[in-house]
Amino acid sequence: MKSFDLIRPATVQEAIAAWEPGASWLGGGTNLVDLMKTGALEPGKLIDLGRLAVLRDVETLPDGSMRIGALVSNADLADNPEILRRYPMVSEALLSGASGQLRNMATVAGNLMQRTRCAYFQDPYAACNRRAPGTGCDAREGENANLAVLGWSDACIATNPSDFCVPLSALDAVVEVAGPSGEREIAIGDFHLLPGDTPERETALQPGELIVALRLPAASSGFAANARYLKVRERTSFAFAIASCAAALRMEGGRIAEARFALGALAAKPWRVSEAEALLAGQAPDAALFERAANAALAGATASGDNAWKIELGRRTAARALAMAAAGTPQRMPALPASVFAAQAGEPAHV
Amino acid sequence: MSDTLARPMRFGSNSGQPLTRRDGIAKVTGAATFAGDNSPEGLLHAVFVPATIARGHVTYLDVESAERHPGVTCVLTPQNRPPLQGDPSAKPTMFSFRIEVLQDDTVRYAGQPIALVVGETLEAATEGARLLSPRYEVEPVRTSLDDNEAFGFEPAGFGLPAGAEHGDVEAGHAASAKSVDVTYETAAQYHNAMETHAVVASWDGDRLTLDMPSQALMMSCAGYANFFGIPPENVTLSSPYLGGGFGSKAFVTGPQVLAILAARMAGRPVKLMLTRQQMFGPVGHRGATRQRLRLGIDENAELTVIDHEGLAETSTFDDFVEPAANASQGLYAARALRSTHRAVRLDIGTPGPMRAPGEASGSAALECAIDELAELAGIDPLECRLRNYAETEPGTGRPYSSKALRECYSQGAARFGWADRPLEPRQVRDENGLLTGWGMGTAFFPAPMFAAEATATLRPDGTALVETSAADMGQGAWTALAQIAADSLGLPMDKLEFRAGHSSLPDGGIAGGSGHTATAGGALHAAGTDVVQQLGQIAAADPASPLHGAGNGRFVARESRIYLEGDDTRSEAFADIMARTGSAEITGSGSASRPPEDAERHAMSSHGAVFAEVKVDPELGQMRVTRLVGAFAAGRIINPRLAESQLMGGMIWGISFALHEEAKFDHRSGRIVNADFAGYHVPVNADVQGLEVITVHEDDPFVNALGIKGVGEIGVTGTVGAIGNAIRHATGRRIRRFPIRVEDLLAG
Repeated sequence: MKSFDLIRPATVQEAIAAWEPGASWLGGGTNLVDLMKTGALEPGKLIDLGRLAVLRDVETLPDGSMRIGALVSNADLADNPEILRRYPMVSEALLSGASGQLRNMATVAGNLMQRTRCAYFQDPYAACNRRAPGTGCDAREGENANLAVLGWSDACIATNPSDFCVPLSALDAVVEVAGPSGEREIAIGDFHLLPGDTPERETALQPGELIVALRLPAASSGFAANARYLKVRERTSFAFAIASCAAALRMEGGRIAEARFALGALAAKPWRVSEAEALLAGQAPDAALFERAANAALAGATASGDNAWKIELGRRTAARALAMAAAGTPQRMPALPASVFAAQAGEPAHV
Repeated sequence: MSDTLARPMRFGSNSGQPLTRRDGIAKVTGAATFAGDNSPEGLLHAVFVPATIARGHVTYLDVESAERHPGVTCVLTPQNRPPLQGDPSAKPTMFSFRIEVLQDDTVRYAGQPIALVVGETLEAATEGARLLSPRYEVEPVRTSLDDNEAFGFEPAGFGLPAGAEHGDVEAGHAASAKSVDVTYETAAQYHNAMETHAVVASWDGDRLTLDMPSQALMMSCAGYANFFGIPPENVTLSSPYLGGGFGSKAFVTGPQVLAILAARMAGRPVKLMLTRQQMFGPVGHRGATRQRLRLGIDENAELTVIDHEGLAETSTFDDFVEPAANASQGLYAARALRSTHRAVRLDIGTPGPMRAPGEASGSAALECAIDELAELAGIDPLECRLRNYAETEPGTGRPYSSKALRECYSQGAARFGWADRPLEPRQVRDENGLLTGWGMGTAFFPAPMFAAEATATLRPDGTALVETSAADMGQGAWTALAQIAADSLGLPMDKLEFRAGHSSLPDGGIAGGSGHTATAGGALHAAGTDVVQQLGQIAAADPASPLHGAGNGRFVARESRIYLEGDDTRSEAFADIMARTGSAEITGSGSASRPPEDAERHAMSSHGAVFAEVKVDPELGQMRVTRLVGAFAAGRIINPRLAESQLMGGMIWGISFALHEEAKFDHRSGRIVNADFAGYHVPVNADVQGLEVITVHEDDPFVNALGIKGVGEIGVTGTVGAIGNAIRHATGRRIRRFPIRVEDLLAG
C-alpha cells in the first residue's frame, strides 16, 4: 500500500481545512481501505473523521424530518426505533447489506460514497475511465453480466452497489454538505451522477466538500405502512444486489394516493422514474398495474454487455416490490430482510 | 473429557464416541498457533509480486525504487535469484508439480510470482513489491476451454488419468431404447482455505526449520529438501494446525520455496503468507471441465451404455487433468462403460486435486444425466438408480469389500420423504408461492490407503505416548486418531498423550484422498497392538502373573488391563505387570498400508445418497437449498460427531459447487476478475438449511484392519447433481452448467 498521511481532526472546520487535492475522507473504511490495499485507490492523505462526535447524532427536527449524522453506523441506523417506525424500508435495505461486522463499521456517508463493484474499477491494472479517466473501459467487452442496463454510457457501464441509497432516493432524502465555501444541501436524486463522458465524477460533491448529515423529510414517513425493499442476489445473504427495488405506497381508502419506487443495481445511481410513479397514483393496487409501472421504470433500458437479462429481472423486481408494499409493511423486520425468502406467509419472524 | 453418547460401542471404549475436537478450545480461543502466527526473533517478511498478465515476458522491474524503499532488505528477481539445487521445471516425485520460482522472465499465468520482496516489516515489503511496477511484453492469452486445441494423452498416473472401457460400447449405444447425449460444464474453482498458504522459514547452517501448514509433512520435507540440496532429515516441519487444506496444501509451492530461499540468503527467519487474492493462481485449483455424456437404456430403464468424455483445462507447463469421467466407473451396472479424458492447455496456473478431484465434477454431470434418463423413461430417479444398482463392480465384476448403498437410498429417502415426490417437474409451490423441487444423487468415492507409521510407548505410570506425523486439516484427525490409538492400547483418552503434526515423528502419511484416518489410524492401531503383545509376553514369562504361560496366545487390552484373547478370566493390570517386573517404558511401532493383493481382490468405495430440496422464486429466479439429507455408508465411523461434520462440510461444498463457486476470467487479460471473497462466492450460513447426515452402518472386513473407508470427500459427490436435479424438478428447466445462476433461470 502506498504511504499516506493520516490526519485526525477534532472539528468539522479542522477537517475541511485539512483537505487538499488527493485527500480522502475516512469513515468506517470498509470500502476505501480495501481499494487502497489492492492499489485501486491511492490517496496521499486520509482525513479520519472518527473523532467528530457531532456527526454521530440521529435527531428529529422541529419540522418532523429526521436528521442523521454522517458517521452514524449502518447498524445503529437500522436499529433506530424512529427509523424503523417512520422509514422502515431504510432499515430493511441497510439490514440486507453486507454482514453484521461490516454494518457496525460502515457509516451513512460512507454508504453514499461507496464505489462501484465493477471488477475493472477495482483492478488497478485494468482500463477504467471511472478510476483513471481516459484509459478506456475494459468492462464493455469483459465480464459485465452484472453491470448497468440503465443510464450507462460508452465511457462507463458501472452500477452503484448501495442498498441504502435506493430507499433514500424513493424517500427524497437530502444530503447536507459542508465545504470550503460553506454549507449547502443536495437532493439525493442529484447526488449521484450518471457517467456520461465524465464517469470519474461520481457525485455532486465539489472538491473538499464533506457530507455532514442526511435528512429524511417528514412527509416521507407517510409511506411507513406500505414500504418494502426487495433485493435479488446470488446468495441468500452477504451479497450485493443483482437487482433491487425500494417501493413505498401511501394508501387511501384502498387506493394508491401516492407511490414512490426506485431501483438499485441497474445503473450508476438509484433509478427513479416519475412517470412510472404517476401511473400508480389514484389506482387500486393490482398486479397488472404494477407490471405497467415497472415497465415504465425500465423504459429505455438497454444491455451494456451480457446483461440483457437484468432488464427483465429489474421489471419483475419492481413489480414484486410494489406488490409487497401494497401487502403492507410487516409488523416486524423479516429474519432475512429484503429477501425473496423472507416468509411472506405465517408469523412474522424476528430480526 | 467431553460429552459421550449412550450408544453401544462397536469397537473398544473410545471409538464410536462423538467426542468434540480435542483442539477445539485452543482454536476458538486463539491459543492455537497456526504457521503464520509464529514470529521468531529477527523475522523478515516476504511478499511476492504476482504477474498481472497471463502470458508473455517481464521486460522491466523498477528494482532500484523497491530497494530504496525504507525497510526493504532484498529484491529477488530472475536476474539475481541464486541457483536452486532441484530443477523447478522438473517433477521430483510423481506427487509434485512444476513450480515457478523466478527461473526466467516468462509469464505463464496471471498471479505467477515474478519477484519477491523482503523487508523488515510486512508493510515495507508490500510497498516494495508495489514499487517494482513491472512492464511486460504481452502475448495473446488462452483462458477458456475453446481457446486451444484439445489433446489426448497416455495415462500416467497422478495428473494424467486413465480412462476405462468395459464391454462393447458401440453395441451398448445400438442396443439402447432411449438415450441422452448431453454436455455439462463445470467452472474453475479455487481452494480457499480460511488459512492461506504460509511459511515461516529459519536456517541453521544446512538445517531448515519450517512452520508451514501441510497435509503431507514428510513428502513436503523431501520436496523442499530437494530444492535446497539437503537431506530430507535436515528439514524440520511443524504443522500442528491447519486452517483447511482441501488438497492445496499437500504440495511444494513456488512462493514457499522463494521464502525459504530468502531466509537462507538473509541468514534470518522469513515469513510469507499469501493474501486472499494470491490464492488464485500459484497454489492449484479445480480445473474447469466440459463433459459429454452419452447414456442409453433399454425398455426396463437398465443402462446399456455409459459413455463419458471429459475435457479439462491444464496449464501450458504441467499436467493435471481433472479425472472427471472416472466418476462413471464403478457406480452403475451398465452393460458397456467407457470413460475418456482429454485436455486443453491454457495460460493458467496448473490445476490440482481439490476436494473430491474427479468425482466432484464427474458426479455433478453423471447424476444429472442419470436424472435426464429417468425422466425419459418416465420413472422415479431413485427407481432408475435402483434398476441399475451394481452388485459387483461394473466391468471388472470384482466384489465390493462392502456396499450398503441400498440402505443409504432407503434410509435417506425415508428421512427426506422422497416417496411423496411428484414425477413431473414444476408441480409444487410452498405457502409463499416459491417453486419447490426435489432431486437426488448417488454419492461415491474410493476408499484408498496410503502408507504410514506410528509408535506407541506405554509408561510405568499407566499413561502412554503415541506419535505419528499425521496432519489435522481441521477435520478432527487429532481427535479421531487419538481415539484409535487409545483403543489399541486399551486406555481411556485421559491416559493418552497424542503427538502429531511434526516431521520429527514417524511418517503419518498424507491427509488426502479420504484415506488419512484409515492409514494413520491403521499405523497407530498396529503400534498399540505391538505394545500390548510385548507387555503380554512379559507377563506370560512371569510366574507371578495370572497370564503366566500364555505366551503362545494373543493378548488384548481393555481398561488398562491385558487379557488373554478369548479367556477373560486371565488378565492383569498394566501397572501391576510393569511394577512387578520393573519394566521401564515399553515401546512399540506399527505401520499400515494396503497389500496390493487386497486391493486387487475387492472394489473398495464409500457410497451414499443425497436428497435435496430447492426453492426457487418463480419470477425472480433466486434459488435456495432448503433441505439436504445425505445418507452415507463409509465403513466404520470412529467419531460420529466429526464424521458427520466432515460429511456436512462436503455437502455444503456441494451447495457451493452447484450454486456459487466460479472463478471468472477476463479472457483478454487472463486475470480472474473475482479473485476475492466479495466476488468469489461460497455459501454463507443463510444458504445452508435443513442439513441432515445419516451414517449407515457397514462392517468391512476387507478394506483394512479397522474397517475404515473415509468421509472427507464423498459429501461433495452426489450433492451437486441432487441440487441440479432439484432445480430441474422445481422449475422445469434443465441447466447443464455449474454453478447455476439466476440468469440461467430467467433466460428464454
